[in-house]
Amino acid sequence: MPNILYDALKLNKKDERGDTLKKVLIANRGEIADRILRTCERLGIQTVVIYSEADKDLPYVNKATESVYIGAPPAQKSYMNHEAVLKAAKDAGADAIHPGYGFLSENAGFVNEVENRGLTFIGPDAKTIALMGDKVKARQTMSAAGVPVVPGSDGAVKNADDACVIAASIGYPVMLKASAGGGGIGMQRCSNEQQLVKAFASNQARAKAYFGSSEMFIEKAIDNGRHIEIQIFGDSKGNIVHLFERDCSVQRRNQKVIEESPSPFLSDKTRKAMTEAAVKAAEYVNYKNAGTIEFIVDENEQFYFLEMNTRLQVEHPVTEHQTGLDLVEWQIRVADGEALPLSQSDINYNGHSMEFRLYAEDPETYLPSPGPLSTFTYREMEGVRIDKGYSEGNSVTPFYDPMIAKIIVSDSNRARVIEKADAFFNTFKVEGIKTNIPLFQRLLESGEFKDGNYTTQILNKKKERLS
Amino acid sequence: MKQIDAAMAGTVLSVLVKKGDEVKAGDQVAMLESMKMEIPVEAVEDGVVSDVKVDMGDFINEGDTLIVMD
Repeated sequence: MPNILYDALKLNKKDERGDTLKKVLIANRGEIADRILRTCERLGIQTVVIYSEADKDLPYVNKATESVYIGAPPAQKSYMNHEAVLKAAKDAGADAIHPGYGFLSENAGFVNEVENRGLTFIGPDAKTIALMGDKVKARQTMSAAGVPVVPGSDGAVKNADDACVIAASIGYPVMLKASAGGGGIGMQRCSNEQQLVKAFASNQARAKAYFGSSEMFIEKAIDNGRHIEIQIFGDSKGNIVHLFERDCSVQRRNQKVIEESPSPFLSDKTRKAMTEAAVKAAEYVNYKNAGTIEFIVDENEQFYFLEMNTRLQVEHPVTEHQTGLDLVEWQIRVADGEALPLSQSDINYNGHSMEFRLYAEDPETYLPSPGPLSTFTYREMEGVRIDKGYSEGNSVTPFYDPMIAKIIVSDSNRARVIEKADAFFNTFKVEGIKTNIPLFQRLLESGEFKDGNYTTQILNKKKERLS
Repeated sequence: MKQIDAAMAGTVLSVLVKKGDEVKAGDQVAMLESMKMEIPVEAVEDGVVSDVKVDMGDFINEGDTLIVMD
Protein backbone atom coordinates (compact mmCIF):
# COMPACT_ATOMS: atom_id res chain seq x y z
CA MET A 1 0.00 0.00 0.00
CA PRO A 2 1.40 3.43 -0.89
CA ASN A 3 2.41 5.35 2.16
CA ILE A 4 3.15 9.07 2.09
CA LEU A 5 5.05 8.90 5.34
CA TYR A 6 7.50 6.17 4.55
CA ASP A 7 8.15 7.38 1.02
CA ALA A 8 9.20 10.74 2.39
CA LEU A 9 11.49 9.08 4.87
CA LYS A 10 13.74 7.38 2.40
CA LEU A 11 15.87 10.50 2.71
CA ASN A 12 17.10 9.35 6.08
CA LYS A 13 19.86 6.84 5.70
CA LYS A 14 20.89 4.45 8.43
CA ASP A 15 24.53 5.49 8.45
CA GLU A 16 23.68 9.09 9.29
CA ARG A 17 22.44 8.03 12.69
CA GLY A 18 24.26 8.27 16.00
CA ASP A 19 25.37 4.72 16.68
CA THR A 20 24.84 4.26 20.40
CA LEU A 21 21.35 2.80 20.16
CA LYS A 22 21.43 -0.65 18.61
CA LYS A 23 18.71 -2.46 20.51
CA VAL A 24 15.51 -0.90 21.86
CA LEU A 25 13.03 -2.44 24.28
CA ILE A 26 9.48 -1.24 23.64
CA ALA A 27 7.72 -1.02 27.01
CA ASN A 28 4.21 -1.07 25.59
CA ARG A 29 1.67 -3.17 23.70
CA GLY A 30 -0.78 -3.17 20.79
CA GLU A 31 -0.76 -0.61 18.03
CA ILE A 32 1.93 1.65 19.50
CA ALA A 33 4.37 -1.25 19.99
CA ASP A 34 3.73 -2.14 16.35
CA ARG A 35 4.23 1.47 15.28
CA ILE A 36 7.59 1.83 17.08
CA LEU A 37 8.75 -1.53 15.69
CA ARG A 38 8.27 -0.30 12.13
CA THR A 39 10.60 2.66 12.58
CA CYS A 40 13.22 0.63 14.45
CA GLU A 41 13.22 -1.93 11.69
CA ARG A 42 13.69 0.75 9.03
CA LEU A 43 16.58 2.24 11.00
CA GLY A 44 18.25 -1.16 11.44
CA ILE A 45 17.72 -1.18 15.20
CA GLN A 46 17.01 -4.51 16.92
CA THR A 47 13.86 -4.68 19.00
CA VAL A 48 12.59 -6.34 22.15
CA VAL A 49 8.88 -6.36 22.92
CA ILE A 50 7.18 -7.37 26.15
CA TYR A 51 3.77 -8.99 26.46
CA SER A 52 1.37 -10.03 29.19
CA GLU A 53 -0.53 -13.31 29.30
CA ALA A 54 -3.55 -11.52 27.77
CA ASP A 55 -1.56 -10.26 24.77
CA LYS A 56 0.42 -13.33 23.76
CA ASP A 57 -1.48 -13.74 20.48
CA LEU A 58 -1.37 -10.10 19.35
CA PRO A 59 0.46 -9.37 16.08
CA TYR A 60 3.21 -7.15 17.55
CA VAL A 61 4.59 -10.00 19.67
CA ASN A 62 5.89 -11.88 16.64
CA LYS A 63 7.28 -8.91 14.76
CA ALA A 64 10.19 -7.99 17.05
CA THR A 65 13.71 -9.42 17.12
CA GLU A 66 12.86 -10.83 20.56
CA SER A 67 9.76 -11.01 22.71
CA VAL A 68 9.67 -11.43 26.46
CA TYR A 69 6.74 -12.61 28.59
CA ILE A 70 6.34 -10.02 31.31
CA GLY A 71 3.53 -11.15 33.60
CA ALA A 72 -0.16 -11.57 34.32
CA PRO A 73 -2.78 -9.51 32.45
CA PRO A 74 -3.42 -6.65 34.96
CA ALA A 75 -1.12 -3.77 33.96
CA GLN A 76 0.31 -3.49 37.49
CA LYS A 77 1.59 -7.03 37.17
CA SER A 78 3.02 -6.62 33.67
CA TYR A 79 3.45 -3.38 31.72
CA MET A 80 3.57 -1.22 34.88
CA ASN A 81 5.97 -3.52 36.73
CA HIS A 82 9.21 -1.50 36.76
CA GLU A 83 11.41 -4.35 37.87
CA ALA A 84 10.09 -6.82 35.30
CA VAL A 85 10.49 -4.30 32.46
CA LEU A 86 14.02 -3.34 33.52
CA LYS A 87 15.02 -6.98 33.88
CA ALA A 88 13.69 -7.79 30.41
CA ALA A 89 15.75 -4.90 28.99
CA LYS A 90 18.93 -5.96 30.79
CA ASP A 91 18.55 -9.66 29.97
CA ALA A 92 18.01 -8.91 26.29
CA GLY A 93 20.97 -6.54 26.18
CA ALA A 94 18.86 -3.55 25.10
CA ASP A 95 20.52 -0.16 25.37
CA ALA A 96 17.36 1.95 25.36
CA ILE A 97 13.68 1.83 26.34
CA HIS A 98 10.89 3.40 24.30
CA PRO A 99 7.85 3.78 26.57
CA GLY A 100 5.18 4.55 23.95
CA TYR A 101 2.26 6.37 25.64
CA GLY A 102 0.40 5.53 28.85
CA PHE A 103 1.84 2.88 31.21
CA LEU A 104 5.36 4.01 32.29
CA SER A 105 5.79 6.79 29.72
CA GLU A 106 5.30 9.66 32.18
CA ASN A 107 6.64 7.98 35.30
CA ALA A 108 9.62 10.02 36.53
CA GLY A 109 10.61 7.33 39.05
CA PHE A 110 10.86 4.77 36.27
CA VAL A 111 12.96 7.11 34.11
CA ASN A 112 15.43 7.49 36.98
CA GLU A 113 15.65 3.71 37.36
CA VAL A 114 16.25 3.31 33.61
CA GLU A 115 19.09 5.81 33.71
CA ASN A 116 20.56 4.39 36.93
CA ARG A 117 20.99 1.10 35.11
CA GLY A 118 22.90 2.73 32.31
CA LEU A 119 20.06 2.57 29.79
CA THR A 120 18.74 5.41 27.62
CA PHE A 121 15.13 6.50 28.09
CA ILE A 122 13.62 7.62 24.78
CA GLY A 123 11.82 10.69 26.07
CA PRO A 124 12.46 13.79 28.18
CA ASP A 125 14.42 13.75 31.43
CA ALA A 126 12.88 12.68 34.74
CA LYS A 127 12.88 16.22 36.13
CA THR A 128 10.74 17.61 33.28
CA ILE A 129 8.36 14.64 33.43
CA ALA A 130 7.88 15.17 37.19
CA LEU A 131 7.36 18.91 36.78
CA MET A 132 4.73 18.57 34.02
CA GLY A 133 3.10 15.54 35.67
CA ASP A 134 2.20 17.74 38.62
CA LYS A 135 -0.58 19.79 37.00
CA VAL A 136 -0.48 22.46 39.71
CA LYS A 137 3.27 23.00 39.29
CA ALA A 138 2.90 22.86 35.50
CA ARG A 139 0.34 25.70 35.65
CA GLN A 140 2.65 27.76 37.84
CA THR A 141 5.63 27.09 35.56
CA MET A 142 3.75 28.06 32.42
CA SER A 143 2.47 31.21 34.07
CA ALA A 144 6.05 32.11 34.96
CA ALA A 145 7.08 31.42 31.34
CA GLY A 146 4.51 33.97 30.18
CA VAL A 147 2.10 31.40 28.68
CA PRO A 148 -1.57 32.11 29.44
CA VAL A 149 -3.19 29.56 31.80
CA VAL A 150 -6.91 28.98 32.43
CA PRO A 151 -8.09 31.23 35.30
CA GLY A 152 -8.20 29.11 38.45
CA SER A 153 -6.62 28.29 41.77
CA ASP A 154 -3.00 29.42 42.19
CA GLY A 155 -2.00 26.19 43.84
CA ALA A 156 -3.60 23.07 45.26
CA VAL A 157 -7.01 23.42 46.92
CA LYS A 158 -7.01 22.05 50.48
CA ASN A 159 -10.64 21.22 51.05
CA ALA A 160 -14.19 21.65 49.74
CA ASP A 161 -14.68 24.93 51.65
CA ASP A 162 -11.62 26.51 50.02
CA ALA A 163 -12.74 25.09 46.67
CA CYS A 164 -16.10 26.91 47.04
CA VAL A 165 -14.41 30.21 47.88
CA ILE A 166 -12.14 29.99 44.82
CA ALA A 167 -14.95 28.82 42.53
CA ALA A 168 -17.13 31.74 43.63
CA SER A 169 -14.33 34.18 42.81
CA ILE A 170 -13.65 32.82 39.30
CA GLY A 171 -17.32 32.06 38.60
CA TYR A 172 -19.17 28.81 37.77
CA PRO A 173 -19.00 26.48 35.90
CA VAL A 174 -15.61 25.19 37.04
CA MET A 175 -13.54 22.12 36.34
CA LEU A 176 -12.33 20.23 39.39
CA LYS A 177 -9.16 18.35 38.50
CA ALA A 178 -6.63 16.04 40.13
CA SER A 179 -3.11 17.46 40.22
CA ALA A 180 -1.64 14.08 39.27
CA GLY A 181 -4.51 13.27 36.89
CA GLY A 182 -4.62 12.32 33.26
CA GLY A 183 -6.74 10.61 30.64
CA GLY A 184 -9.87 12.35 31.86
CA ILE A 185 -9.80 10.52 35.21
CA GLY A 186 -10.32 12.58 38.37
CA MET A 187 -11.80 15.44 36.36
CA GLN A 188 -15.31 16.83 36.79
CA ARG A 189 -17.29 19.84 35.63
CA CYS A 190 -19.30 21.53 38.40
CA SER A 191 -21.95 24.11 37.63
CA ASN A 192 -22.70 25.12 41.23
CA GLU A 193 -21.49 24.94 44.82
CA GLN A 194 -23.59 21.90 45.66
CA GLN A 195 -22.06 19.89 42.80
CA LEU A 196 -18.58 21.03 43.71
CA VAL A 197 -18.90 19.93 47.34
CA LYS A 198 -20.20 16.55 46.24
CA ALA A 199 -17.55 16.08 43.53
CA PHE A 200 -14.69 17.14 45.78
CA ALA A 201 -14.79 14.12 48.11
CA SER A 202 -15.42 11.50 45.41
CA ASN A 203 -12.81 12.88 42.99
CA GLN A 204 -10.26 13.17 45.75
CA ALA A 205 -10.76 9.50 46.63
CA ARG A 206 -10.55 8.49 42.98
CA ALA A 207 -7.39 10.54 42.42
CA LYS A 208 -5.80 8.94 45.47
CA ALA A 209 -6.67 5.46 44.21
CA TYR A 210 -5.55 6.01 40.62
CA PHE A 211 -2.61 8.37 40.94
CA GLY A 212 -1.50 8.02 44.57
CA SER A 213 -2.13 11.71 45.22
CA SER A 214 -5.35 13.36 46.33
CA GLU A 215 -4.22 16.91 45.52
CA MET A 216 -6.96 18.83 43.65
CA PHE A 217 -7.13 22.15 41.82
CA ILE A 218 -9.79 24.24 40.09
CA GLU A 219 -10.01 25.89 36.68
CA LYS A 220 -12.76 27.88 35.07
CA ALA A 221 -14.72 25.59 32.71
CA ILE A 222 -14.57 26.82 29.12
CA ASP A 223 -17.71 25.16 27.80
CA ASN A 224 -17.70 26.09 24.16
CA GLY A 225 -13.98 25.60 23.78
CA ARG A 226 -11.80 23.79 21.34
CA HIS A 227 -9.05 21.50 22.50
CA ILE A 228 -6.07 22.34 20.31
CA GLU A 229 -2.54 21.13 20.96
CA ILE A 230 0.87 21.96 19.55
CA GLN A 231 3.48 19.28 18.86
CA ILE A 232 6.94 20.38 19.89
CA PHE A 233 10.35 18.73 19.75
CA GLY A 234 13.61 19.54 21.52
CA ASP A 235 17.13 18.13 21.44
CA SER A 236 20.01 18.04 23.92
CA LYS A 237 21.70 20.94 22.12
CA GLY A 238 19.00 23.42 23.08
CA ASN A 239 17.10 23.47 19.77
CA ILE A 240 13.30 23.59 19.94
CA VAL A 241 10.85 23.43 17.03
CA HIS A 242 7.09 23.08 16.73
CA LEU A 243 5.30 20.78 14.27
CA PHE A 244 2.04 22.75 14.16
CA GLU A 245 -1.31 21.91 15.74
CA ARG A 246 -3.83 19.12 16.13
CA ASP A 247 -7.46 19.91 16.88
CA CYS A 248 -8.71 17.28 19.33
CA SER A 249 -12.13 18.71 20.16
CA VAL A 250 -14.15 15.57 19.36
CA GLN A 251 -14.15 13.88 22.77
CA ARG A 252 -16.27 11.65 24.92
CA ARG A 253 -15.73 11.43 28.70
CA ASN A 254 -12.86 13.96 28.29
CA GLN A 255 -11.04 11.48 26.03
CA LYS A 256 -10.24 12.09 22.39
CA VAL A 257 -12.08 10.34 19.57
CA ILE A 258 -11.07 12.25 16.41
CA GLU A 259 -8.07 14.53 15.88
CA GLU A 260 -7.33 16.63 12.84
CA SER A 261 -4.85 19.09 11.43
CA PRO A 262 -5.01 21.86 10.44
CA SER A 263 -7.70 22.94 12.91
CA PRO A 264 -10.79 24.03 10.93
CA PHE A 265 -11.32 26.81 13.46
CA LEU A 266 -8.02 28.62 14.04
CA SER A 267 -7.08 31.79 12.20
CA ASP A 268 -3.49 32.04 10.94
CA LYS A 269 -2.88 34.77 13.48
CA THR A 270 -3.93 32.59 16.43
CA ARG A 271 -2.09 29.56 15.04
CA LYS A 272 1.08 31.65 14.96
CA ALA A 273 0.53 32.95 18.50
CA MET A 274 -0.11 29.42 19.82
CA THR A 275 2.92 27.86 18.18
CA GLU A 276 5.06 30.70 19.51
CA ALA A 277 3.65 30.21 23.02
CA ALA A 278 4.32 26.46 22.81
CA VAL A 279 7.93 26.98 21.77
CA LYS A 280 8.36 29.53 24.55
CA ALA A 281 6.94 27.03 27.06
CA ALA A 282 9.26 24.27 25.84
CA GLU A 283 12.28 26.58 25.94
CA TYR A 284 11.46 27.64 29.49
CA VAL A 285 11.72 24.04 30.74
CA ASN A 286 14.66 23.20 28.42
CA TYR A 287 12.55 20.48 26.84
CA LYS A 288 14.10 17.45 25.13
CA ASN A 289 12.42 14.91 22.82
CA ALA A 290 8.74 14.85 21.76
CA GLY A 291 6.18 16.81 23.75
CA THR A 292 2.73 18.26 23.32
CA ILE A 293 1.33 21.44 24.78
CA GLU A 294 -2.45 21.23 25.13
CA PHE A 295 -4.50 24.42 25.02
CA ILE A 296 -8.17 25.19 25.37
CA VAL A 297 -9.28 27.87 22.92
CA ASP A 298 -12.47 29.84 23.58
CA GLU A 299 -14.98 31.24 21.06
CA ASN A 300 -12.94 34.42 20.72
CA GLU A 301 -9.75 32.51 19.97
CA GLN A 302 -8.28 33.29 23.38
CA PHE A 303 -6.09 30.30 24.25
CA TYR A 304 -5.00 28.96 27.62
CA PHE A 305 -2.48 26.28 28.63
CA LEU A 306 -4.14 23.09 29.89
CA GLU A 307 -1.28 20.65 30.29
CA MET A 308 1.86 19.30 28.73
CA ASN A 309 2.20 15.65 27.71
CA THR A 310 5.80 14.59 27.98
CA ARG A 311 5.67 11.69 25.53
CA LEU A 312 4.61 10.65 22.05
CA GLN A 313 0.87 11.26 21.68
CA VAL A 314 -1.63 8.68 20.45
CA GLU A 315 -2.51 11.12 17.66
CA HIS A 316 1.08 11.73 16.45
CA PRO A 317 0.33 10.19 12.99
CA VAL A 318 -1.77 13.27 12.11
CA THR A 319 1.37 15.38 12.42
CA GLU A 320 3.44 12.80 10.55
CA HIS A 321 1.16 13.08 7.55
CA GLN A 322 1.01 16.87 7.70
CA THR A 323 4.79 17.22 7.84
CA GLY A 324 6.01 14.03 6.10
CA LEU A 325 8.20 13.27 9.12
CA ASP A 326 8.54 10.15 11.27
CA LEU A 327 8.20 11.32 14.88
CA VAL A 328 9.44 8.03 16.35
CA GLU A 329 12.60 8.37 14.27
CA TRP A 330 13.11 11.89 15.63
CA GLN A 331 12.63 10.57 19.17
CA ILE A 332 15.29 7.91 18.67
CA ARG A 333 17.76 10.32 17.04
CA VAL A 334 17.37 12.92 19.76
CA ALA A 335 17.69 10.28 22.50
CA ASP A 336 20.86 9.12 20.77
CA GLY A 337 22.37 12.57 21.19
CA GLU A 338 21.80 13.87 17.67
CA ALA A 339 20.55 17.37 16.87
CA LEU A 340 17.00 17.76 15.52
CA PRO A 341 17.06 16.71 11.83
CA LEU A 342 15.40 19.95 10.64
CA SER A 343 15.21 23.57 11.69
CA GLN A 344 11.88 25.39 11.93
CA SER A 345 12.07 26.99 8.49
CA ASP A 346 12.60 23.56 6.85
CA ILE A 347 9.44 22.04 8.34
CA ASN A 348 6.56 22.02 5.88
CA TYR A 349 2.91 21.47 6.49
CA ASN A 350 0.61 20.27 3.71
CA GLY A 351 -2.92 19.07 3.03
CA HIS A 352 -5.27 17.78 5.71
CA SER A 353 -5.20 14.74 8.01
CA MET A 354 -7.68 13.22 10.41
CA GLU A 355 -7.28 10.38 12.89
CA PHE A 356 -10.19 8.23 14.07
CA ARG A 357 -9.72 6.18 17.23
CA LEU A 358 -11.49 2.88 16.79
CA TYR A 359 -12.78 1.90 20.22
CA ALA A 360 -14.26 -1.42 21.33
CA GLU A 361 -17.35 0.21 22.78
CA ASP A 362 -21.04 0.84 22.35
CA PRO A 363 -21.38 3.81 19.94
CA GLU A 364 -24.36 5.23 21.89
CA THR A 365 -23.51 4.68 25.56
CA TYR A 366 -19.69 4.52 25.17
CA LEU A 367 -19.67 1.49 27.47
CA PRO A 368 -16.79 -0.94 26.87
CA SER A 369 -17.33 -3.95 24.65
CA PRO A 370 -14.55 -6.52 25.13
CA GLY A 371 -14.76 -9.78 23.20
CA PRO A 372 -13.48 -11.75 20.21
CA LEU A 373 -12.77 -9.97 16.93
CA SER A 374 -14.44 -12.60 14.79
CA THR A 375 -14.49 -10.33 11.74
CA PHE A 376 -12.07 -7.45 11.16
CA THR A 377 -11.84 -6.52 7.48
CA TYR A 378 -11.58 -3.36 5.41
CA ARG A 379 -10.59 -2.30 1.94
CA GLU A 380 -7.18 -0.65 1.74
CA MET A 381 -7.26 2.77 0.17
CA GLU A 382 -4.58 5.24 -0.84
CA GLY A 383 -4.18 7.91 1.81
CA VAL A 384 -5.67 5.74 4.55
CA ARG A 385 -3.18 4.53 7.15
CA ILE A 386 -4.22 1.96 9.72
CA ASP A 387 -2.20 1.56 12.89
CA LYS A 388 -3.73 -1.47 14.56
CA GLY A 389 -3.01 -3.58 17.58
CA TYR A 390 -5.23 -6.52 16.71
CA SER A 391 -6.02 -8.81 13.79
CA GLU A 392 -9.07 -10.88 12.98
CA GLY A 393 -9.28 -13.79 15.43
CA ASN A 394 -7.68 -11.90 18.35
CA SER A 395 -9.65 -11.13 21.50
CA VAL A 396 -10.03 -7.64 22.89
CA THR A 397 -9.62 -8.20 26.63
CA PRO A 398 -10.98 -5.97 29.43
CA PHE A 399 -7.53 -5.30 30.94
CA TYR A 400 -6.39 -2.33 28.87
CA ASP A 401 -7.85 0.70 27.14
CA PRO A 402 -10.52 0.11 24.48
CA MET A 403 -8.58 1.44 21.47
CA ILE A 404 -8.06 -1.31 18.92
CA ALA A 405 -6.84 0.71 15.94
CA LYS A 406 -6.31 4.21 14.60
CA ILE A 407 -7.39 5.16 11.11
CA ILE A 408 -5.51 8.13 9.67
CA VAL A 409 -6.97 9.65 6.53
CA SER A 410 -5.03 12.23 4.51
CA ASP A 411 -5.74 14.22 1.38
CA SER A 412 -5.23 17.66 -0.11
CA ASN A 413 -8.11 19.29 1.78
CA ARG A 414 -10.64 18.68 4.56
CA ALA A 415 -13.67 18.01 2.35
CA ARG A 416 -11.79 15.28 0.50
CA VAL A 417 -10.61 13.74 3.78
CA ILE A 418 -14.22 13.55 5.00
CA GLU A 419 -15.37 12.00 1.74
CA LYS A 420 -12.56 9.45 1.78
CA ALA A 421 -13.10 8.56 5.45
CA ASP A 422 -16.80 8.03 4.83
CA ALA A 423 -16.04 5.73 1.88
CA PHE A 424 -13.47 3.83 3.94
CA PHE A 425 -15.76 3.23 6.93
CA ASN A 426 -18.40 1.85 4.58
CA THR A 427 -15.96 -0.98 3.76
CA PHE A 428 -15.02 -1.64 7.38
CA LYS A 429 -16.60 -4.73 8.93
CA VAL A 430 -16.09 -5.64 12.57
CA GLU A 431 -18.02 -8.46 14.23
CA GLY A 432 -17.82 -10.02 17.68
CA ILE A 433 -17.62 -6.72 19.53
CA LYS A 434 -19.32 -3.34 19.28
CA THR A 435 -17.27 -0.45 17.90
CA ASN A 436 -17.71 3.28 17.43
CA ILE A 437 -17.73 3.04 13.60
CA PRO A 438 -21.45 4.05 13.54
CA LEU A 439 -20.50 7.16 15.53
CA PHE A 440 -17.84 8.09 12.94
CA GLN A 441 -20.39 7.60 10.15
CA ARG A 442 -22.94 9.83 11.89
CA LEU A 443 -20.34 12.52 12.48
CA LEU A 444 -18.96 12.42 8.94
CA GLU A 445 -22.47 13.06 7.68
CA SER A 446 -23.41 15.77 10.17
CA GLY A 447 -23.37 19.38 9.05
CA GLU A 448 -21.70 20.53 12.24
CA PHE A 449 -18.69 18.31 11.70
CA LYS A 450 -18.56 18.85 7.94
CA ASP A 451 -18.53 22.61 8.47
CA GLY A 452 -15.74 22.25 11.02
CA ASN A 453 -17.83 24.31 13.36
CA TYR A 454 -17.70 22.13 16.46
CA THR A 455 -16.45 22.35 20.04
CA THR A 456 -15.60 19.82 22.77
CA GLN A 457 -19.38 19.59 23.35
CA ILE A 458 -20.12 18.00 19.96
CA LEU A 459 -20.62 14.45 21.25
CA ASN A 460 -22.53 15.54 24.35
CA LYS A 461 -24.91 17.50 22.13
CA LYS A 462 -25.29 14.54 19.79
CA LYS A 463 -26.22 12.34 22.72
CA GLU A 464 -28.88 14.77 23.95
CA ARG A 465 -30.41 14.89 20.49
CA LEU A 466 -30.56 11.10 20.34
CA SER A 467 -32.18 10.64 23.74
CA MET B 1 -34.75 -15.92 43.33
CA LYS B 2 -33.36 -12.93 41.50
CA GLN B 3 -29.78 -12.34 40.47
CA ILE B 4 -27.57 -9.55 39.24
CA ASP B 5 -25.18 -10.59 36.45
CA ALA B 6 -22.16 -8.85 34.96
CA ALA B 7 -23.01 -7.09 31.70
CA MET B 8 -19.39 -7.38 30.54
CA ALA B 9 -16.07 -8.95 31.44
CA GLY B 10 -13.89 -7.03 33.87
CA THR B 11 -12.59 -6.76 37.41
CA VAL B 12 -14.65 -6.20 40.57
CA LEU B 13 -13.54 -2.84 42.02
CA SER B 14 -15.94 -2.90 44.95
CA VAL B 15 -19.04 -4.64 46.29
CA LEU B 16 -21.36 -2.21 48.06
CA VAL B 17 -23.84 -4.65 49.64
CA LYS B 18 -23.67 -7.65 51.96
CA LYS B 19 -25.89 -10.60 52.79
CA GLY B 20 -29.13 -9.47 54.40
CA ASP B 21 -29.08 -5.94 52.91
CA GLU B 22 -32.28 -4.64 51.45
CA VAL B 23 -31.85 -3.09 48.02
CA LYS B 24 -34.19 -1.06 45.85
CA ALA B 25 -34.28 -1.02 42.07
CA GLY B 26 -31.72 1.51 40.88
CA ASP B 27 -29.42 1.15 43.90
CA GLN B 28 -25.78 0.73 43.02
CA VAL B 29 -24.61 -2.65 44.33
CA ALA B 30 -21.11 -2.97 42.89
CA MET B 31 -18.49 -1.25 40.76
CA LEU B 32 -16.72 -3.06 37.96
CA GLU B 33 -13.73 -1.95 35.95
CA SER B 34 -13.42 -2.84 32.30
CA MET B 35 -11.06 -1.28 29.76
CA LYS B 36 -9.94 1.37 32.25
CA MET B 37 -13.51 2.50 32.83
CA GLU B 38 -15.57 2.26 36.01
CA ILE B 39 -18.94 0.63 35.40
CA PRO B 40 -21.54 0.94 38.18
CA VAL B 41 -23.78 -2.09 38.60
CA GLU B 42 -27.34 -1.35 39.68
CA ALA B 43 -30.16 -3.53 40.99
CA VAL B 44 -32.99 -3.77 38.48
CA GLU B 45 -35.59 -4.77 41.08
CA ASP B 46 -36.18 -4.59 44.85
CA GLY B 47 -35.03 -7.44 47.05
CA VAL B 48 -32.88 -8.72 49.92
CA VAL B 49 -29.32 -9.88 49.26
CA SER B 50 -29.03 -13.61 50.00
CA ASP B 51 -25.56 -14.21 48.55
CA VAL B 52 -22.61 -12.20 47.26
CA LYS B 53 -20.74 -14.31 44.72
CA VAL B 54 -17.70 -12.10 44.12
CA ASP B 55 -14.95 -10.31 46.06
CA MET B 56 -13.04 -7.15 45.35
CA GLY B 57 -10.33 -7.83 42.77
CA ASP B 58 -12.05 -10.86 41.21
CA PHE B 59 -11.98 -11.19 37.45
CA ILE B 60 -15.44 -11.86 36.05
CA ASN B 61 -16.76 -12.82 32.64
CA GLU B 62 -19.85 -11.46 30.90
CA GLY B 63 -22.90 -13.17 32.35
CA ASP B 64 -21.28 -14.22 35.64
CA THR B 65 -23.58 -13.83 38.63
CA LEU B 66 -22.43 -11.14 41.05
CA ILE B 67 -25.25 -11.03 43.60
CA VAL B 68 -28.21 -13.26 44.42
CA MET B 69 -31.36 -11.78 45.97
CA ASP B 70 -34.55 -13.19 47.49
